[in-house]
Amino acid sequence: MSSFRLSNGGRIDRSQHLTFQFNGKTYSGFQGDTLASALMANGVDTVSRSFKYHRRRGLQNYGVADVSSMVQICGANESPNVLASVQPLYQNLQARSVNCWPSVERDLGSLISLFSSLLPSGFYYKTFMLPHWRVYEPAIRKLAGFGSAPKRKSEGIYQSCFEHCDVLVVGAGPAGLMAAKTAAASGARVLMVDEMSVPGGSLNYSEAVIDNVPAIQWVQKVVRELKHNTNVSILQNSVAWGYHEGNMVTVLERSISENRLLVKNWKIWAEQVVLAAGAIERPIVFENNDAPGVMSCSAVRNYIQQFGTAPGKKAVLFVNNDSAYETVRTLVKSGIHVAAVVDIRTAVGPKLSHQVKKAGSELLLAHQVKKALVGRRRISGVLLSDRNEPGKTKKISCDLICVSGGWNPAVHLFSQSRGLLKFDDELAAFVPDRAVQQTHVAGRIQGTCSLNNILLQGIEAAKDAITTMGLSIAQPSVPTTAGEVDSDTPQEVLWSTDDGRKQRKSFVDLAGDVTVFDLSLAIREGYSEIEHLKRYTTTGMGLDQGKTANVNAIGIVAEMTNRHPAEVSTTTFRPPYVPVEFGAIAGSRRRHEVLPYRHTPMTQWHIRSGAEMHEAGARWRRPAYYPKSGESMQDAVRRECNAVRNGVGIYDGSPLGKFELKGKGATRLLNLVYANSFDGIKKMQGRYGIMMNEDATVFDDGVAFRLGDSHYLMFCSTGTAPAMERKLEKLIHVEQPDLDVILTPVTEQWANATVCGPMARNMLESAESDIDFSRRQFPFMSFTEGRILDFPVRIFRVSFTGELSFEINVKSRFGLQLWEHLMELGQAWEICPVGSEANHVLRVEKGFLSMAHEVDGVVDPIDLGRGNLVHRNKPDFVGKRTMEIRRRNRIQNQELVGLYPVERSQLIAEGAPIVDVGNKNESEGFVSACVWSDACGRSIALGLLKNGRARKGEKVTALVSGQAIAAEVTDPIFYDPEGLRLRM
Amino acid sequence: MLLVPCPWCGKRAETEFFCAGQVRPPRSELVDADDDEWIRHLFYKKNIRGVLEENWWHEKGCGEWFTLYRDTVTHQFIGKE
Repeated sequence: MSSFRLSNGGRIDRSQHLTFQFNGKTYSGFQGDTLASALMANGVDTVSRSFKYHRRRGLQNYGVADVSSMVQICGANESPNVLASVQPLYQNLQARSVNCWPSVERDLGSLISLFSSLLPSGFYYKTFMLPHWRVYEPAIRKLAGFGSAPKRKSEGIYQSCFEHCDVLVVGAGPAGLMAAKTAAASGARVLMVDEMSVPGGSLNYSEAVIDNVPAIQWVQKVVRELKHNTNVSILQNSVAWGYHEGNMVTVLERSISENRLLVKNWKIWAEQVVLAAGAIERPIVFENNDAPGVMSCSAVRNYIQQFGTAPGKKAVLFVNNDSAYETVRTLVKSGIHVAAVVDIRTAVGPKLSHQVKKAGSELLLAHQVKKALVGRRRISGVLLSDRNEPGKTKKISCDLICVSGGWNPAVHLFSQSRGLLKFDDELAAFVPDRAVQQTHVAGRIQGTCSLNNILLQGIEAAKDAITTMGLSIAQPSVPTTAGEVDSDTPQEVLWSTDDGRKQRKSFVDLAGDVTVFDLSLAIREGYSEIEHLKRYTTTGMGLDQGKTANVNAIGIVAEMTNRHPAEVSTTTFRPPYVPVEFGAIAGSRRRHEVLPYRHTPMTQWHIRSGAEMHEAGARWRRPAYYPKSGESMQDAVRRECNAVRNGVGIYDGSPLGKFELKGKGATRLLNLVYANSFDGIKKMQGRYGIMMNEDATVFDDGVAFRLGDSHYLMFCSTGTAPAMERKLEKLIHVEQPDLDVILTPVTEQWANATVCGPMARNMLESAESDIDFSRRQFPFMSFTEGRILDFPVRIFRVSFTGELSFEINVKSRFGLQLWEHLMELGQAWEICPVGSEANHVLRVEKGFLSMAHEVDGVVDPIDLGRGNLVHRNKPDFVGKRTMEIRRRNRIQNQELVGLYPVERSQLIAEGAPIVDVGNKNESEGFVSACVWSDACGRSIALGLLKNGRARKGEKVTALVSGQAIAAEVTDPIFYDPEGLRLRM
Repeated sequence: MLLVPCPWCGKRAETEFFCAGQVRPPRSELVDADDDEWIRHLFYKKNIRGVLEENWWHEKGCGEWFTLYRDTVTHQFIGKE
């Protein structure tokens, strides 16, 4: 094994070797490693290249805070923008660096650094404006950004999960564990989520002792107890990434091995939430602070203690607080030489200085790191300066700089939940102030440093949560603690050793490559408010999301503008806290599973018969046309149209919306929703009507049949059915609550086979049936019940094709059998199955309305030439009032017209605008449908045209891709205008 | 996503419901409204910051209609006053 793996220590399983690939090279690690720790163990310094300047970036932090460790996971389940520091290692994992070309070692993009003076904050706005941003965008997009979107569909599965619990504990550190333990003992249903692969949080790299055992043993004991409690669930590798309204927290659980289930995205509704999210160690900014080898103190301790990997061989510490001195102990124990401890303070406690001396290291008080000296691959030393005499400098060689500038509580989720933050002067960071939802905080998120207090707060937070819920509390025992660093000297705040006056590479936000100079420049340009500054410089906006960058940025801006950080204030934290794949949010809702297709009982028959299937509203899949072998769409549609016009056709009308209305108020409801009168309809008779919205725009048209005294069956357009149900429900229950009606949607309950064409009656008369199909007994717009073979059927005489037509409804379970029987029966008449394309041609020939074609959400019934259906003498109907106002104001509306393209076979694309050529005015209307009609021997179109009915015979121009097409305005009914054929 | 307290089914996921908007006077009370009042009724919604009474339909559940008070700032459902 490599020399960066310590000979012992770490909670990895050294008996289980795992091999993996990074940038094409094969390495090995152990079970329990993260990709980051395995890379460190193999001596890989450069993990990625930076966002803007393509600088080498190594491991800087651990867990979700390591924004430089972003890699692309390759292979069958490719995923961009995964943090190596949270990705558990598995056998044959393949990953590569992002943001570099051709390789992370020789990255041509790093040449950009040579021109970095041309790339100040806001450089996009300043530099790439002439002639237009779009000229530069493609190249810049290629250079900037991180991983690339996978080109193939992932083989793995993303899953959405839902959970409810009493107490959700975020974080399995000391505070979280105590909270979970306390809440569980009180009988609450507890769910604990933790972002790392093992519980314990900071105790994983602590030298502390709890209840007389090393902290990590205490963690294991508590977790064992929790796991025995059936009320408790624990999710590891699970980052809480959003805290939403309704006390709902979203959690991303990553799979720890390469199986088909990649990610579970949890939505967790909690009665109470305990946030024990801990804190993230704050960097101090200095020149070249981004180079591989610069690392936070806690990360150094974590890599050594949890993974048994050595972050370097010779370390220098750069600190401003006591907590960092624990690192000295850890480094020395693992045999890493500590060359010097550079503390900005003028004095530290005797115990700490003794400890440094014992380690054989130099303690440099009142000193600071000015600059990291960078070697070929990583840092080679530090340049120090005396804080009292800035001119006095000193060089120390080292390959690791451990930095600690204090702690930033991880207030992200608290802030997302709309909780208020306040600035804590002692801590020099923002802490939770007032919760808005059922949120309780415990531990380092509050700025608490002493382990004993952290454990106590865990208990307190759980108590608060439990009492709020009205449960009784089981009094827990408080563990004893020992072995912590004795903290006696307060921290001294230092944000940066770079004053930002010169353009140096001192990074505030590593993820977005934002330097101190960028901040000072932005302030000089007037962006001194933090919300402006954030957007102008992109500080904290990218992957970092304020984990390491925000507080330093706020502090630096406060200093530069002579304000208190509380006055500068913080920006809003928003989800996601960590990168979340789109796949994780979509879950299993991919392709058509987002909204499944609906099938009629005959769908499989259509597919077997070679139909082209299309979606035709409300997720119904319908046959578009049935091509014979070698037949083009055009020919198939013409053949189907001719069958209906001259012989007999059959189409599957099952998706048509159907509603049953029952109750004394049924007639009143119909009179209210249709513009025309529905009084006096005899039993077994139907009527066509048009329906408006309350604002007088047309909503739908359709027929309703009277089945009994207070019983109707109403039909509506396929695509309108879901909206129709809501509209009628609201009318019945909210707007007109005195209506005594029950509405039942029955669309799926009835299959519909519509037999149409001049031979339809002859064909049906040959069926074994008790129904009299004669014109006298069964006229147009009437309804009959009876049997065909043994199938009980309801037959309606309505027509959407303009031909003699029988809509045969049968219970869905008999749909296919009836359809097959009709096909057999029709053989003698050469019956032809007809798809929706032919239906479209036939309805255009008749000038029948189609929702979303002619009915565009603007027109009213009079515009559509259906003024005879608006019975203004009716006391009330939906849309009446607005219709009157609309008509009184005599606005020149677009009206439905027919159009003959002057060139007889010319087709005009649907939606083509009708324009006044040579005049750059608004369009006069548009072509809503255009088809070739065999019945007319030419192409015909429908359209909406301003003042159209008065313009019959006029020539108008439609524009398609700059081409002008002339057409003549005519009546919108092209075929059988008297309607004799459908009444046959 | 909210948990909507259906008076019949208890708390259920928001996706099961259809929110039909602010509670407003029924049509019968608008018979005497003049044109201005009618148009205001149609096109102007209050969009208040605070507690709003709304119509909800448990569309993919029990199918009942009911009204709820919702705080438009916090999305919290509040019992009827």
